[in-house]
Amino acid sequence: MLAGAGYLADEPAALVSFLAQRLDKPVLVEGPAGVGKTELAKALSRASGRELIRLQCYEGLDEAKALYEWNYRKQLLRIQAGGESGWEDVHGDIFSEEFLLERPLMQAIASSEPVVLLIDEIDKTDQEFEAMLLELLSDFQITIPELGRIAAKTMPIVVLTSNNTRELTEALKRRCLYLWLDYPDLEREMEIVRLHAPELPETLARRLVEVVRMVRALDLKKPPSIAESIDWARTLLLMGAEDIDRETFERSMSIIVKHRTDIDLVAERVGVKLAEASPSGG
Amino acid sequence: MATPASPYGPRADAGPPGLAAKLLGFCEELRSEGVAVGTSEILDAFSALDEVPWTSQDDFREALAATIAKSQEDRRLFELLFERWFFRAAEAEAIERSIGEGDRRQEGGERLDIDELREQIREAIVAGNDGEMRDLARLAIAAFGRQGEGSGVVGVDVQRIRRTLGLSAGTQPAAEDGAAELPPIDREQLNRFERHLRRELERELIERTSTLPPSRPLAELDRALPTSPTQDLAAVHRAVSQMKRRLATLGHEQRGRRKGQTVDVRRTMRASLETGGVPLRLRHRPKRPRRPEIYVLCDVSTSVTSASVFFLSVLHALHDSFRKLRSFVFIERISEVTEVFEHERDFRTIAQRISSEGGVADVSGYTDYGRVWLEFLGRISDELDPRSTVIVLGDARTNGREPHAEVFAQIAERAGRLFWLNPEPKLYWNYGDSVMAAYERHCDGAFECWTTRHLESFVNVVAGGVPAGD
Repeated sequence: MLAGAGYLADEPAALVSFLAQRLDKPVLVEGPAGVGKTELAKALSRASGRELIRLQCYEGLDEAKALYEWNYRKQLLRIQAGGESGWEDVHGDIFSEEFLLERPLMQAIASSEPVVLLIDEIDKTDQEFEAMLLELLSDFQITIPELGRIAAKTMPIVVLTSNNTRELTEALKRRCLYLWLDYPDLEREMEIVRLHAPELPETLARRLVEVVRMVRALDLKKPPSIAESIDWARTLLLMGAEDIDRETFERSMSIIVKHRTDIDLVAERVGVKLAEASPSGG
Repeated sequence: MATPASPYGPRADAGPPGLAAKLLGFCEELRSEGVAVGTSEILDAFSALDEVPWTSQDDFREALAATIAKSQEDRRLFELLFERWFFRAAEAEAIERSIGEGDRRQEGGERLDIDELREQIREAIVAGNDGEMRDLARLAIAAFGRQGEGSGVVGVDVQRIRRTLGLSAGTQPAAEDGAAELPPIDREQLNRFERHLRRELERELIERTSTLPPSRPLAELDRALPTSPTQDLAAVHRAVSQMKRRLATLGHEQRGRRKGQTVDVRRTMRASLETGGVPLRLRHRPKRPRRPEIYVLCDVSTSVTSASVFFLSVLHALHDSFRKLRSFVFIERISEVTEVFEHERDFRTIAQRISSEGGVADVSGYTDYGRVWLEFLGRISDELDPRSTVIVLGDARTNGREPHAEVFAQIAERAGRLFWLNPEPKLYWNYGDSVMAAYERHCDGAFECWTTRHLESFVNVVAGGVPAGD
């Protein structure tokens, strides 16, 4: 199902996505940066034909930005415009859905079409925000003091991603299915690279993935992600390279390694190996 | 989307009788190894198993793992225990019903030509097909196991069979007839085949003797957690998250106090309108409760080696709970390690990085508390305010150097709260070169602390309402 949406999931990822839909449970996806956690949600949305609603988390994100907010200006206008009507009317009016600004979480709940809700990088938020999510994640409902409880009309597929920079609370984890995404194995990564850069010959793709895995094995600040493998594949296509030899590698290395100290380390360790491996290249 | 037909095939019938009990037993086992499996997780596991046939081992395991193991750490324990538990469960059942399979195995072994078998195994390993590998492992045991009589030690037999089959990792020697070159065998995949061999040999052993070897708790090495009998990372995290709540509420206490507030001119003028422009009532700027700021100083010198793993795990847990936390490690000099904790989750990596790039490796390796206070004060004296909490983790052994208690007093004065956690029993304080008494006077509290129980009692005392500084 996911393959059709341009995403090659491994067996656990496919199974968990399937369970998420069947059990109506949110999925918590963890893993190193750039292994396709966010992409999984996007692929789910494409595959199921549902709209994707995305909430990007950051430190200090609060309810007003994530859930809902009253549209104060509109409320003020309403009060001023309807001068002659009684307070009761106005009061009932300004706290109706018309004056509610829906933020992503609210949108996902209130949507009449089933959606995919992506809560990205949940580990960036405070624990208070996590606590606020609990009602949404377990019961798929939101309580607004003035309006009462708003329950989901349709069950959204909820995907939470985390880069594992901090331990999430037990309460949140308990409500989710857990999926650990890691770097794919050689064959799968090759398939992924070739899916995104179809013109790349197979031998070159294999070589590329092998080199990337070699780089990943080093102790780097930021190991290259799948996205970077894909970028590199496209770069190689543009450069018209036929093989990855030392020179090609050093010229295009900055695509996959993005820290000054990392670049030195990689040039030292991997560059040398390449020269030995393909002396006739170039 | 209409419910799609399950890509995992039609549902299997409800599991065989006893599956539920086995699952519960498995969860029990996980709990005993420290994985937090709640009732809700178990319920989830059962509803997940409704969707996935229990007959496919991989799907069954993944479905269970997704619902039960909620972190990488848990997942590793899960894998270890899953293998063991269900293997034992199946074998126990077999013994009980006295099901054997002795004869069938022989047949297969005789029918097969050894070269053919070798070829098949090679293919299965390269393809990475678990089911096939398992079957072939059994054939291999049947074929070779009998010839030389098993040595009785499973590990030795596994290697013997592997050698007889001529399997090794890496690129393969060219076939003798010079035909197609054989594809290389991945080390990892060869290991998998060896695991199957080992499993089947164990199975055979159990069948022969009709007894299960006793179940043991996982060895510490297998778990690879930074634990020792007194230290449990999870427990430290629990205690610290409790502490977080306590400290947060303590911070709010000061909200109502008038003392030291500034007059809000604008609001005072506005209020004066009620009284005809005469400012009768003063309005104050509300005191915003700020999040607690915490400074942790952690001794990592040799005199506290045994405790420093524990201290580092406390730091690790603190970083999970507090955003505004700055941590320092010190021996002779002080060094800030906040960054390390913010960018790294894995405890072992953190410990490694701190020891390698902490920048505290000094000439002597002896703690110099006096100098540490001076440097600490010099570095962040501007940022210390009554809202901040300073926690010192150390043994107060100065190695005979100047303790600079007056500098410490200054720190205590600037900071709202100052606590000292000492890894030594109270009995030893002030003996030898320990100058605990000199420092203790200035602390809001000094505690002995080398187990999570101590940490919890520290948290309780903090919550009990220690005066919030002066």
